[in-house]
Amino acid sequence: MKTDDLISLLATGVGAVEPHAVERRYAKAIGGGTIGALALMLSMLNIRPDLAEAVRLPMFWLKIGFVASLVAASLFAALRLSRPGARLDWIPGVIAAPVLIMWAIAIFTLIQADPAQRSGLFLGSTWSVCPFLIALISVPVFVAAMWAMKGLAPTRLRFAGFAAGLFSGATAALVYCLHCPEIEAPFIGFWYLLGMLIPAGVGAVLGRVLLRW
Amino acid sequence: MQRTTREEGWRAKEVHLRELLLGGLAGDNPAYQAFLRELSSHLRAFLRKRLARLPDEVEDLVQESLIAVHNQRHTYDPGQPLSAWVQAIARYKLIDLLRRRAGQDLLNEPLDDEADFFSTSDAEAAEARRDLNKLLDKLPDQHRLPIIHTKLDGLSVQEAAKLTGMSESAIKVGVHRGLKALAAKIRGGT
Repeated sequence: MKTDDLISLLATGVGAVEPHAVERRYAKAIGGGTIGALALMLSMLNIRPDLAEAVRLPMFWLKIGFVASLVAASLFAALRLSRPGARLDWIPGVIAAPVLIMWAIAIFTLIQADPAQRSGLFLGSTWSVCPFLIALISVPVFVAAMWAMKGLAPTRLRFAGFAAGLFSGATAALVYCLHCPEIEAPFIGFWYLLGMLIPAGVGAVLGRVLLRW
Repeated sequence: MQRTTREEGWRAKEVHLRELLLGGLAGDNPAYQAFLRELSSHLRAFLRKRLARLPDEVEDLVQESLIAVHNQRHTYDPGQPLSAWVQAIARYKLIDLLRRRAGQDLLNEPLDDEADFFSTSDAEAAEARRDLNKLLDKLPDQHRLPIIHTKLDGLSVQEAAKLTGMSESAIKVGVHRGLKALAAKIRGGT
């Protein structure tokens, strides 16, 4: 078949393409993935009993803000990386900003604290499980985000896998906030970030294989 | 002076092709066909320049890239330069081919400006090495029949569904997956 015949074949009988196909696909993935993450969290862990009191603390909202801004920034990155030739522009900076702000608060907290309390601020009481629970809860979102991206056209597979993984980790961390008793900046800035970076790293490694089209 | 004329040339081309594509995405098939036809010339020039040492691969890769552009057309954002979108797809398919051929030395081409994509075009198609008709025959029925009925015989999805006893969504899915499988066969040989 000549190329001209292929072109007629491709152009025959095609209808209109639904606008905003990329956004729609991600909306489905986010919905399904988040429900999965919530279900997984509730099947393993309880919602922290003192949630009603915790929501009155500014530090609780700082933590939510940190995680939520990473959800948003990594989603922007994933959307851009799903389209061939789209530029990342300011997005890496937007991903780095909440991390740097949280680190600055953490350093300030540690400097101000009594030296005897510093290790407690950093380790909390759940450091040994926190990153793994976040990574585990991220699995449904990870699968959904990879599915969304796979049906689009990422051309930089490593970055795309990293962004999808970071998005699933950050969404999982947001869900995990309902359970997690930790609230101190040094803890959040390290263990939460580590938990989110696990699926991001896995995404970067698997992206080259899983996201090919 | 000459530079400005060239620049104006590809800008006009970009505007023109973008209009055709947007028309096609809205359901205007003649515009879409014109878009693919003009695009194929640019793809050919782009790939021929970069595959100077593998001239036999050029037309196969043009066809593979056209199928990729078609299958991924929903990822084009109207706010984005068309040349950047098309070039990213062509480059992705090109690198994919070079990886498969392990011709790593060919990757050392200097990267050029994406705006340049529409400045060259090459309408003269060489024969593709693989005959798409033969490749089409090798697809399983649930992919082959939807393509033959809706694409080659020009039936509507509804008519094709009635004729084959498949559901309408199976026809649509079959066309999409079948085109993907076809691209994979162009890539993988016989």
